[in-house]
Amino acid sequence: MMPRSCRILPLIAAIALLSGCQREHRVFDPGATGAQVANGIPLTSIHLGDTSPPQTPYAQYAGSAYAVGEGKRLYNAYNCVGCHANGGGGIGPALMDSDWIYGSKPEQIYSTIVQGRPNGMPSFAGKIPEYQVWEIIAYVRSMSGQLPSDIAPSRSDTMPVKKAEQAKKKEHPSDEYQQPIQQEKK
Amino acid sequence: MMGLGCQLAMLLFVPGFHGKQTALAPAGPQAFRIEHTFLLIFWITAIVYLIVIAVLVIGVLRARTHDKGIPTPAPANPTHDRIVARIVAGALGVSIVLLFVILVSSYRTSHATAALAASSGLTINVYGHQWWWEVEYPNSEPYKIVHTANEIHVPAGVPVTIHSTSRDVIHSFWAPNIHGKKDLLPGYFNDLTLEVDHPGNWRGQCAEFCGAQHAHMAFEIVAQTPQDFQRWLTAQAKSAPPPANPQIAHGQEVFLSHPCVMCHTISGTTANSRVGPDLTHLASRSTIAAGTLPNTIGNLAGWISNPQSIKPGCRMPPNPMSSADMNDLLAYLETLR
Amino acid sequence: MSTYTVSPILPETSDPRAQRLDAVWREPSGFVGWFKAVHHTTIGKRYMVTAFIFFLAAGLLAGAMRLQLAFPEAHIMGPDLYNQVFTMHGSIMMFLFAVPMMFEALSVYFVPLMVGARNIAFPRLNAYSYYLFAFGGLMLFCFFFTNTGPDRGWFAYVPLSGPDYGPGKRPDVWAQLITFTEVSALAVAVETVVTVFKLRAPGMSLNRIPLFVWGQTVTAFMVIFAMPGVVVGSTMLLLDRTGSTQFFNPAVGGDVLLFQHLFWWFGHPEVYIIFIPGTVIVSSIITTFSRRHIFGYLAIVLSIIATGFIAFGLWVHHMFATGIPQMSESFFTAASIMIAIPTGTQIFCWVATIVTGKLVLKTPMWWVLGFFFVFIIGGMTGMFVAAVPVDLQVHDTYFVVAHFHYVLIGGAVFPLFGAFAYWFPKITGRMMSEKLGMWSFWLFFIGFNITFFPMHIAGLRGMPRRVYTYGPGMGLTVLNQIESCGYILLFVSVVLFLLNIWVSLKRGEQASANPWGAGTLEWATTSPPPSYNFLNLPTVNGREALWDAAPNQPVVTGLHEDTREFLTTRTIDAEPEGLDEFPAPTIWPFLAAVATTVMFIGSIFRPVAVSIGAVPIAITLIAWFWPTRQESARRRKRDKWQKT
Repeated sequence: MMPRSCRILPLIAAIALLSGCQREHRVFDPGATGAQVANGIPLTSIHLGDTSPPQTPYAQYAGSAYAVGEGKRLYNAYNCVGCHANGGGGIGPALMDSDWIYGSKPEQIYSTIVQGRPNGMPSFAGKIPEYQVWEIIAYVRSMSGQLPSDIAPSRSDTMPVKKAEQAKKKEHPSDEYQQPIQQEKK
Repeated sequence: MMGLGCQLAMLLFVPGFHGKQTALAPAGPQAFRIEHTFLLIFWITAIVYLIVIAVLVIGVLRARTHDKGIPTPAPANPTHDRIVARIVAGALGVSIVLLFVILVSSYRTSHATAALAASSGLTINVYGHQWWWEVEYPNSEPYKIVHTANEIHVPAGVPVTIHSTSRDVIHSFWAPNIHGKKDLLPGYFNDLTLEVDHPGNWRGQCAEFCGAQHAHMAFEIVAQTPQDFQRWLTAQAKSAPPPANPQIAHGQEVFLSHPCVMCHTISGTTANSRVGPDLTHLASRSTIAAGTLPNTIGNLAGWISNPQSIKPGCRMPPNPMSSADMNDLLAYLETLR
Repeated sequence: MSTYTVSPILPETSDPRAQRLDAVWREPSGFVGWFKAVHHTTIGKRYMVTAFIFFLAAGLLAGAMRLQLAFPEAHIMGPDLYNQVFTMHGSIMMFLFAVPMMFEALSVYFVPLMVGARNIAFPRLNAYSYYLFAFGGLMLFCFFFTNTGPDRGWFAYVPLSGPDYGPGKRPDVWAQLITFTEVSALAVAVETVVTVFKLRAPGMSLNRIPLFVWGQTVTAFMVIFAMPGVVVGSTMLLLDRTGSTQFFNPAVGGDVLLFQHLFWWFGHPEVYIIFIPGTVIVSSIITTFSRRHIFGYLAIVLSIIATGFIAFGLWVHHMFATGIPQMSESFFTAASIMIAIPTGTQIFCWVATIVTGKLVLKTPMWWVLGFFFVFIIGGMTGMFVAAVPVDLQVHDTYFVVAHFHYVLIGGAVFPLFGAFAYWFPKITGRMMSEKLGMWSFWLFFIGFNITFFPMHIAGLRGMPRRVYTYGPGMGLTVLNQIESCGYILLFVSVVLFLLNIWVSLKRGEQASANPWGAGTLEWATTSPPPSYNFLNLPTVNGREALWDAAPNQPVVTGLHEDTREFLTTRTIDAEPEGLDEFPAPTIWPFLAAVATTVMFIGSIFRPVAVSIGAVPIAITLIAWFWPTRQESARRRKRDKWQKT
């Protein structure tokens, strides 16, 4: 027992350290691709190789506390708060629950922001750089507890109107998780 | 000897420096008063320092033994020590008197610099942001309220009150040629009354650590004659002119269809976000990026296309665009006088 | 080198008693034994080495900053890294070097020796405090190397370090570093106070306590009163960040200035916590090398105590720019200027001692002379920052950076290097090289002034603090380049100092018990001291115990030497009062420190770690305090004897 756990401990430590590195990573200059405005129009539907969808850079943003914090700032700066309030919804739907009309996956939220959705969600095509869209997506997902608590933002310096994202219980959107089968009451 | 050298170096360096951002070249009555107090303390401390060090050096030279070994500790000589005690008490007495002089001088200067607040003729609202200064000239008629950024115009010879707070973290307003600092604290409003005695340009900078770009959070103070100031204020209250030619019209379109519109205001257009500085009269300002670069076309182009290479961590994203779009955008921005 | 001893009242021999005592007091051997050690000389040495390693690390970070600032608008480091580096430099220097070295290390090693005790009070707590300090520092570096170094300044003002503007875990790491170092400082403070009040050698009444011990006692009291302020502040910060409390949220009536008040309530006394040990080192060295009793002992003691009190009335002078009312500005200006009086008194007394003594100029004394030149400039620039209107100009500029480096390096590091040269023979049993010592002194002295003096001018020319770069054409470039060159001299000087230690440890001349002919009790035993410190526990007949000893000065007799028994004395007159027994070495303080570390680090990530982590701590503490049967029996016997 002992020797095995001894071998595992350094491994756990190494993983913890590496995740620490990523959590604190701050990319100020997103580079040429990241800085392009998100315009929502795929340049071409043909791509080389097999048919697996292209990798999105979501993971790198959702793994960085700074990027998620920036997403939170932009969520207010770009007035998402005007319709979705602080996640509870208002004119627009709530973002902190498990109900997602157009899907909860990062790529789906991307489409929602960039292309807009019927009945009110405007398209932000051309208005927001690619990397900022991903930051906002990471933050939006943190609102329903999808991010680990050491990455999700803490409380805001505003009137407390909701639980801090890091303290939010994780919701299980139906498109990502198998829902528990409802037992019929007899 | 090094200490002496230091004091001399101070004498050589302190006068004769005329920077735009220095406490050594006062441009207002308050900075003058403060400099006088500074010099008073400087001379008192310098002379006391020299005397103490001189006594020490002479004492060391006289008391030094040249014996090879370590001599036996001498029993104290009570009569001798009594005389020394009198000297020490005397020196202490003189020090206390000098400290009192410093204290009184400090109180008087504090009082004099604060007294200006009573005769303030104008209030300017300054809001600190990470990492720029929002400046607002209030007016009872809303359309006459002037918004600008990183450049504070004041009438020369008139006490002006800077009514300030912070929109995020703590900043500190400091234009050393004119007056000392005042912190901008979220949740508090702080007033700082200052006066510039002649027209000219000075530079100020945030003095409280405020994050990644604390080093690039400066502002200009532009003192003008009261007439010039009024003229400037009237001009600033106007909306931006409509585009005069197709190139400029296209530039405006670029502005409104790019991320610029998400954060900036240009009055007279649909751009009306207050997240970033108001650009309605951008071309009339002498610097961009909170006092980081002179406001030239080249700098503006570089700034717009990648602010992160100039102020890493700042809030503005890079804006890659075709050179044609960029040219027209710059032409449009140049019309915002 | 002539070895001169005054009144060798306590001859050390290798008689059977010494061997018996050594058997009782010897530290456990072996790898596990290393972690069981509880003797104050062992723990004190570890404190010194660890704190000095942190000093070197923070010095290297300073070099990185000087490199970045050598050129305007340089891109050697980005703002993100620079902010971590300057925060690390400040936090390490203050929390992991200055206080642990000036107060904890020196106090732990020398106070028991100077009061003639065989160990420090609460030796297990002492071991615990050391491990906690070392683990705290280790944690900081682990986080720094994983890009999680604190980056909000050593003062971590909210809201910049708060939940909304400090994403990630960097400010939490800072907050927990504070907890680590404060717990260990508080532990040593309690030990010091009890050691000085209860364990002094018979005859060492209050008016005969060596100045060094007086200084460390006052410092210990300051630690006890100051540290809770910052512990509360940093804990509230951590709660705001991880527990969503609202202490510092202005939107709901929280207050950003509250943090500053709590921080500076500690932060200003902190300066004196670092500086008072420096002054008493100066007093010790001056007494020994002037070959006379210090001039104005009472005045110096009263000055130290007055400094300890006034230090708590100055904290607002760090906040003059925050817009506090003029009335309180006046009060804090007066207090800030007033503290010059006790400090001035001490300086005059030292000068008087030197002038009226027979001065022996050895390396320790040169460091003290350097202290005068440097520290007094720092004290003088203190006048500028005490006066509100001038402070509003120089506050948060490089003028202040220069000021506090003159005060802290002048007031603490110069005396500290002097202390190393002075006490090195006592700790290691070997003399340090005078020649290398003089080289490192002069390089340090010149390098220091070249590095820090131009900062006064840079500040007056408008260079704010904590900037990662500055514009060209602001009149700052040349000054910054001069400063960066000075750093090279400082670097070389410290390398020579390390070389000196290395060479002296290997080939240094053997030190006698009292190579400087000093008068305090640490010189009354062999160099280095044996595991039981003193073969014959001394009694005291004057301020300088060895100089004033009577020809037939008695020693303490009648203690059981088969246990770690010791004599307690009365606080005021140090007359014998009772008997007690030091606890034996044990592994449990180390394990308790490990458990505490796990809890502190856990609480960075999950508040609930405090509750869960309390369980292993409780277990280790129970084991730590578990009495043995023999111990209890002896204690009952002593109690009975003391009651009758």
